[in-house]
Amino acid sequence: MSKINELFNEKLNVINVGIESFKDDMSKQHATVTHLEWTPPGRGKIEIIAALDKLEEPSVAKKIEAANKLAVERIVNSQPVLIGFDQAINVVPGMTKTTILHAGPPITWDKMNGPMKGGVTGAIVFEGLAKDLDEAAALAASGEITFSPCHEHNCVGSMAGVTSASMFMHIVENKTYGNIAYTNLSEQMSKILRMGANDESVINRLNWMRDVLGPILKEAMKLSSNGIDLRLMLAQALHMGDECHNRNIAGTTLLIQALTPLIIQTDFTTEQKKEVFEFVASSDYFSGPTWMALSKCALDAAHGIENSTIVTTMARNGVEFGIRVSGISGYTWFTGPAQKVIGPMFAGYKPEDSGLDIGDSAITETYGIGGFAMATAPAIVALVGGTIDDAINYSTKMKEITTTENQNVTIPLLNFMGISTGIDVQKVIQTGIMPIINTAIAHKDAGIGMIGAGITNPPVEAFEKAILALSETI
Amino acid sequence: MIVQVIVKANTYFDSVSLMSLSTKANQIDGVEQAIIAMGTEMNKEVISNVGLMTVEIEEAKTSDLMIIVKAENERICANALEEIEELLTKKNTTKGTSEARYSTIKSAAENIPEANLVVIAVNGAYAPREAKKALENNLHVMMFSDNVSVEDEIELKQLAHEKGLLMMGPDCGTAIIGNVALCFANAVRKGNIGIVGASGTGSQEISVRIHEFGGGITQLIGTGGRDLSKEVGGIMMLDGIKALEEDEATKVIVLVSKPPAPSVEEKVLAQIQLCTKPVVVWFVGGDEEKVTKAGGHFAKMSKEAALKAVLLAGADESKLNKRALNLPLIEEVRAKLTSEQKYIRGLFSGGTLCDEAMHIAMEKFSDVYSNIQREPEYRLKDVKVSQGHTFIDFGDDQFTQGKPHPMIDPSTRIERFIQEAKDPSVGVILMDFVLGFGAHEDPVGVMLPAIIEAKQLAESEGRHLEIIGYILGTELDSQNIEGQVNKLIAAGATHASSSQNAGLLAREFVVKGE
Repeated sequence: MSKINELFNEKLNVINVGIESFKDDMSKQHATVTHLEWTPPGRGKIEIIAALDKLEEPSVAKKIEAANKLAVERIVNSQPVLIGFDQAINVVPGMTKTTILHAGPPITWDKMNGPMKGGVTGAIVFEGLAKDLDEAAALAASGEITFSPCHEHNCVGSMAGVTSASMFMHIVENKTYGNIAYTNLSEQMSKILRMGANDESVINRLNWMRDVLGPILKEAMKLSSNGIDLRLMLAQALHMGDECHNRNIAGTTLLIQALTPLIIQTDFTTEQKKEVFEFVASSDYFSGPTWMALSKCALDAAHGIENSTIVTTMARNGVEFGIRVSGISGYTWFTGPAQKVIGPMFAGYKPEDSGLDIGDSAITETYGIGGFAMATAPAIVALVGGTIDDAINYSTKMKEITTTENQNVTIPLLNFMGISTGIDVQKVIQTGIMPIINTAIAHKDAGIGMIGAGITNPPVEAFEKAILALSETI
Repeated sequence: MIVQVIVKANTYFDSVSLMSLSTKANQIDGVEQAIIAMGTEMNKEVISNVGLMTVEIEEAKTSDLMIIVKAENERICANALEEIEELLTKKNTTKGTSEARYSTIKSAAENIPEANLVVIAVNGAYAPREAKKALENNLHVMMFSDNVSVEDEIELKQLAHEKGLLMMGPDCGTAIIGNVALCFANAVRKGNIGIVGASGTGSQEISVRIHEFGGGITQLIGTGGRDLSKEVGGIMMLDGIKALEEDEATKVIVLVSKPPAPSVEEKVLAQIQLCTKPVVVWFVGGDEEKVTKAGGHFAKMSKEAALKAVLLAGADESKLNKRALNLPLIEEVRAKLTSEQKYIRGLFSGGTLCDEAMHIAMEKFSDVYSNIQREPEYRLKDVKVSQGHTFIDFGDDQFTQGKPHPMIDPSTRIERFIQEAKDPSVGVILMDFVLGFGAHEDPVGVMLPAIIEAKQLAESEGRHLEIIGYILGTELDSQNIEGQVNKLIAAGATHASSSQNAGLLAREFVVKGE
């Protein structure tokens, strides 16, 4: 029987594209109708649609499909394990005493925004390269400081991402593929260097982290025989209501639970250990950077696969939002303007105080947690509009722009759906759906710190540039 | 400025909710600043920094909720505090849709394995791309979108043909598949007659007449108006005929179209010859001999086509009300019209209804003009000005640029109607009113004031103006056809019972000296 004759004998099940009243009319006749949330592909731009069309030619599409399959397999199969802590100068590739790593795509001192400048000058003072913030600013402008994106050194950095030589780093090894990722330690909340604060209290805390917290964690992890399996812990944290970007209470509890038996065995004083535990307890955010390093570790393993259209990095420097795509190897960034972050603010602050979207933390969304896993964190739905349904909608919507579900990390509320994994540039451009990112809001001026949290999206320009480049190279 | 502070002891809210509440509270009219926060040291520091510290706040404990409002006067403060209280106690009960959402055909197709048809009604610039995706995912397509290039149409139809799928359209407004009317179609009985139609309102008319004669429809396959052109070659109509031939439920096939391009007509006729089932052919203005030679049943007009179909499908002719023309009425109207009132003016929302009435008029008159005349000589020089007998299809592109189709908004005809009503050479104004899915809820009602006005105007000038209305629809359509008919008659118009009769009545009313 021909397919047309089969249709005559089936119950009509329609996908409706365009005029919604047609859907209503069909529904009235008891047909099953799904109305598509359709927008013109590539926002209707001819050159973008042409690029999409080129990538969808059967021979090209086949190559891309195979490459993307490999890329997401590598993301899903990555097993990032926390194996230690050490100072950046000792472990981070390319780190020097006068290097300062920052979040997002490359940026020069003169173009940095308030919070990043605040972080940079604070770090210069912390490293003893300048005696005060003014001198630090002059040094930063002098050209003697090497600025480089964290991402170009196997690192990620939360918010301003400012990382200097003597800061202690997480060391996360990908047991499946062998690569290593780094990120520095949480300064907890909220008047902190990464948010642009840099007064004495900030520097004092950094000193304590360098002198007490870092060394204790380093010694503690030396006592761990197999390291700490972060993916397993992440999966547990998601089941406990964290999305592991803006809610980290469960993950932090799990992490310190794993670290505690090691910490107490170190040779530090009880007073120092108590300080460490109190510091960890002072903010749920302690494990926030840990999940970033996990994500970076998995995504780096998927970067550089020829013909792949999978996004391996989303990162912002406060001025620009940049993405990297697996099929375009090395450090090619596709950028657009950093966006506003919309969400509730700390008491006393207003939206106009906000700095633009900043930080490498969108690596978590690139991996499939954070905003992508909103449905598993009902406690923080206020960030995304206020209802559980909003949260669920965000998580299910992300399936439309990703390639697979990571069954190692699941969302119970969505019938244990695996987190949406492998953002495909083609799908983003095709649907006009932008990845959803949960993030913190730093004050726009240097020296103040965190003032809120909310959600944001990448600029579409970054994806448009990426699809054009992909259509030229594949 | 007034500052009011409330400290609620032992009241816990999580920080994220409080940030959200603070944000909302700051949007309350007249509020300079509002802070809702737990009594932590950090929050107290912030409050102190913005200069709102009070003794109460200083004494608040971590487990206490602090509410601070700064506003112009006491009244605003009190209102704001009340609103904040509401915000604090309000439980969000909004239930989102549990309906799954998809953004691409591919994703919907993958997640809904039972999906079998895609209806596409997006800008023609994007429609072919979507149709291609649908076909690639083995889904049948109905494309309402127009302004699609003929090259794209051919590519899509060839792809559909290779895959054995329906590619109805582009520019296909009418189909009934599995008893579900799609886009612009009428609610008709299920039966044993299958239709393949290249013209929307033509297909609607046939389905409605079949319904009225007690018959019913298996499938109504739309092809889009360009299917029978030389370029497209009738791909969809040929596949449609084959599918209906193979369909067990279908006993009779009806084809509806304008006359095809000669090369395509040959193919269609050859296909008819292969059919074991009777095929009724209504090609508006088509050639009887060729159809008969191919073994088809030729119908010159729409009602005739429907009647042939139901009889071939087994209806008892003696029991049918064939709706014969009202001959006494013709005599009566002829007598009322003066010798100067020579012309018909047809104002149509349905293209094929316009075409049929025009062809009926052309049998007796030579000066028949239209915006859809095939002969360039008889095409209106200026679509805004009528010549002789004029038939206008308001659904044609010239009239729909940037405006809704007259089936959706019948008011687009009002101005022209008044213009024609004032013309002393006009004897009859003929209009169609299309009901059914997709169509306006009360098309007659929209025209009613104009009809009454026109009637009065003519009367004041001492002439009779004959207005014929044809209402395309069934008693199953949501618009209440009986009510529509009654409105029309009450306004003094003549109600025609079919497209065919409407055309015949109009023609006969203005025939002089027979």
